[in-house]
Amino acid sequence: MSLPFTARHIGIDDSAQAVMLARLGYDSVDALVRAAIPGSIQLSETHRAEAIPAAATERETIAELRALASHNTVNRSMIGLGYYDTITPAVIRRNVLENPSWYTAYTPYQPEISQGRLEALINFQTMVADLTGLSTANASMLDEATAVVEGMLLARRASKSTSNVFLVDADALPQTKALLRSRADAVGIEIVELTLDRVDHPASHDHPLATGFGAFIQYPGASGRVWDPRDVIDAVHASGGLAVVAADLLALTLITSPGELGADVAVGTSQRFGVPMGFGGPHAGYMAVRAGLERQLPGRLVGVSQDASGHPAYRLSLQAREQHIRREKATSNICTAQVLLAVMAGMYAVYHGPEGLQSIALDVNSIARRLASALEAAGAELVHEDFFDTIQVRVPGRAAEIAAKAHAGGYLLNVADDDTIGVSVDETTTVADIDTVLSLFDVAPTSDAEQLAESLPEHILRTSDYLTHEVFNTHRSETSMMRYLKRLADYDYALDRGMIPLGSCTMKLNAATEMEAVTWPEFGALHPFAPRADVEGYLTLISQLETWLAEVTGYDSVSLQPNAGSQGELAGLLAIRGYHHANGSFDRTVCLIPSSAHGTNAASAVLAGMKVVVVACDENGNVDVDDLRAKIELHAESLAALMITYPSTHGVYEHEVAEICRLVHAAGGQVYVDGANLNALLGFARFGDFGGDVSHLNLHKTFCIPHGGGGPGVGPVAAKAHLAPFLPGHAQAQDASHPLAGGGTVVHAGGPISAAPYGSPSILPISWSYVRMMGSQGLADATGAAVLSANYVAARLSEHFPVLYSGDNGLVAHECIIDIRPLTASTGVSVDDVAKRLIDYGFHAPTMSFPVAGTLMVEPTESEDLTEIDRFIDAMISIKGEAMQVAEGVWPADDNPLRNAPHTAQSVVEGEWSHPYDRETAVYPVRSLIRHKYWPPVRRIDQAWGDRNLVCSCPPPEAFE
Amino acid sequence: MATESELQYTSEHEWVLVDGTTATVGITAYAAEKLGDVVFVDLPDVGTTLASGSIVGEIESTKSVGELFAPVDGTVLEKNSAVEDTPELVNSDPLGEGWLIKIEFTELPPLLSFDEYTALLGE
Repeated sequence: MSLPFTARHIGIDDSAQAVMLARLGYDSVDALVRAAIPGSIQLSETHRAEAIPAAATERETIAELRALASHNTVNRSMIGLGYYDTITPAVIRRNVLENPSWYTAYTPYQPEISQGRLEALINFQTMVADLTGLSTANASMLDEATAVVEGMLLARRASKSTSNVFLVDADALPQTKALLRSRADAVGIEIVELTLDRVDHPASHDHPLATGFGAFIQYPGASGRVWDPRDVIDAVHASGGLAVVAADLLALTLITSPGELGADVAVGTSQRFGVPMGFGGPHAGYMAVRAGLERQLPGRLVGVSQDASGHPAYRLSLQAREQHIRREKATSNICTAQVLLAVMAGMYAVYHGPEGLQSIALDVNSIARRLASALEAAGAELVHEDFFDTIQVRVPGRAAEIAAKAHAGGYLLNVADDDTIGVSVDETTTVADIDTVLSLFDVAPTSDAEQLAESLPEHILRTSDYLTHEVFNTHRSETSMMRYLKRLADYDYALDRGMIPLGSCTMKLNAATEMEAVTWPEFGALHPFAPRADVEGYLTLISQLETWLAEVTGYDSVSLQPNAGSQGELAGLLAIRGYHHANGSFDRTVCLIPSSAHGTNAASAVLAGMKVVVVACDENGNVDVDDLRAKIELHAESLAALMITYPSTHGVYEHEVAEICRLVHAAGGQVYVDGANLNALLGFARFGDFGGDVSHLNLHKTFCIPHGGGGPGVGPVAAKAHLAPFLPGHAQAQDASHPLAGGGTVVHAGGPISAAPYGSPSILPISWSYVRMMGSQGLADATGAAVLSANYVAARLSEHFPVLYSGDNGLVAHECIIDIRPLTASTGVSVDDVAKRLIDYGFHAPTMSFPVAGTLMVEPTESEDLTEIDRFIDAMISIKGEAMQVAEGVWPADDNPLRNAPHTAQSVVEGEWSHPYDRETAVYPVRSLIRHKYWPPVRRIDQAWGDRNLVCSCPPPEAFE
Repeated sequence: MATESELQYTSEHEWVLVDGTTATVGITAYAAEKLGDVVFVDLPDVGTTLASGSIVGEIESTKSVGELFAPVDGTVLEKNSAVEDTPELVNSDPLGEGWLIKIEFTELPPLLSFDEYTALLGE
């Protein structure tokens, strides 16, 4: 019998654990964890997680997933509404989506070891900027609807108008309108819907178009209609508003770009550029802005800078504007985005090039025209004559009947209303498909001989170039494409090379079996608004996963809709807001946040319409309970919530957490427990048991969804029964009710938080498989191994560096903070120098300067084996030794292996070697690297230079000569 | 250029040089050092009316985004366009070429002396 999955997932076997336990002086992992976690919150040893089935093998799990998949039915979707079937080029699927070099990488905070995905992202940004005709695009958004919300918020802060009204196109996607309403309400913005393509545009002050700080235009409209919004945009500008346009990237190869129409902001999705629909996600949304608004962009932005040799190098720009720095002053809570999917969409454009994309668009348009023309010839009435890929047919009283007939024949159409059917064409649609659709309307098949009328008005046709950069005009052969993807992957350091000990990020194994189902068509090819009968397998998987997550957290109901941790936070806070409002407590708006909290907490609170009040922490990093009492007393009447991370952001099991929750409840507040560090708790304690009312979890941390180089993520929100009715709902959800712990169901009736009803379902099989293969004992074993490894690292390194913060019995949780500041004070070697030197030793640096500046936070996770953990510790000790040589004056402070790290091959080979240490010390500080060396492609990158000289699109090829 | 002791200060780490009814404003060397490499400054346009204590601009470094507070009520007379083009002037010469705006004012609120500001830093 082969090893159970738990032994594949957990890196340290019994003999390794024995060595580590001996070092720490404990008899068993269980004894260690129970010494670390306060007794008052521990699950009793007799607790049985009955909702979680006994662990299955990898083979059994795949068989169960196959069975679930067989209950999904992949019909031909012609629904449209922002989701289109697409052909993922196999070279991209196999070499990106299914390649751990891409999917196991982390967000590119360490740019020297991330040049591959940074280049891929700058391709994406260039593609979006070119197609939208705007100057700067960011590195992706969570989905189209949330991108529109961010566009609205951007317009609010950039507009000089004093209005609180945001105008919304009546022909916007329904899910976008729903999200706008829900998010605007929380921040005091009023949404006014207008039929924009039919308003006249006089310049009077009281004209509806002159009343907003901005307007949102869907282009083409949700109905498929293509119209010229230039007059509307001009009118919005005339009153000081900003124009936000959601545009279809494929259509933009044929019609005038938003930038040329005068838009300030363009948003949308890149899903149809080779990313499967996945029953709603994940895919990469996008946002681009005109010149002058770059510094208002939410999310992440890749820019060009230069390295220590003056060579061009990519890195994330304007990071100081992100929520983790700006906290409650942040204007967006977006952190991670959808990097893996943005890489895929960008590569789709690289592979097809401008001519290829336009040719796909022309084919799509031609099929749509063929359909329209046959319908019209047969006397059917079209709602509009000008379209790209979507037509609407008037069928008084018969829409539902026709859609049902289509469904029976294997086709999904959009029931726009009782009298109107929408039909959308995509790159997979064939003539045979539309002939079948025509038969539903009792229309004869089309013939090739027919002359097709044009469907795009002359004055809206695109005349400008796009994707002229070399990268979009080089890789036409599959050989070339494969090698380009390999070259970029080789620039990067991902989990397939070695440990990524990033504290608070939980870079554990993303097992191959867990990844299997992601690319199965039964999970990938479903439209998010497909009829319930088509998605029963998905609904079963979703409700099982919800039940399991409720069980392990001690909550009653779970929503999987939030497609990032930040959105889970926001959904949880909005649930608290909804609960207070339902109780008539409209004044409860204060959110207490400890000073040690991750900055996203504060940003999310602001976006939930709350006022942030900071609670002090003591010198151990724990919540100062006296200050908490004082703040509660001060805001007793207005207390909405406390947000607390457990274990704390300092990686410590705070002893007082139960008392902290009690104090907040006594004052009428709700407790939000941030689940970012859940990996230290599973199987040993539950948020819901010690006082949490609501939490978000990060499936991309604790439950094995890969980080994808900075997304996708899933941030489920879990809540007690009293908050469950306020969890995110969705008008198009196939099933509004969700399982309730202990039996029964509850309807989630809060506003939506994502474009799709279940967020990003196609990656849920990953977390489902993880729980299925671990079982409840396996999950607890993983926690034990994670806590053991972190304490082992802390114990060994504490002989060389101060280890900050610990809890009961001097133990840390699943991560530890190594203080570099004393070393910096005595040697001048900075935390940056240590982080970059680790690259020369073949490591990804730990989390730098969070939560404490000048420190490194190390989280080994349960998946690393002892050899790799020891290799890391030995590297840190060796680097300390190098720093001491600087202190002793052997090497000058400004010329030593640390300050000059990382060393590229070029830097040690080219020209005269003039440093006071030898080349071997530079690149082979330990002998094992000789056969196994990661070579960074660039030297240390100058952050300030890039932020002062902001360039966020592909540099010309000459720059690299 | 005035010396540190001739300038007045605010608790927001700004310095003010008063000449008649004109106040020249910048950030202190301490603030520039704390911010680190300044990469962008956003200053109010000439003619903008300012209310003392309100946020009127931004100073962005690679580490954080600092806010520029108006130290007095008044109107912007001039902004330092050199510092907009070359933000690193804030680091290299915070009290001189790194000045930010000049404000025409009618009434000067109480400001800190050099000694008072230094004492504040010591706390």
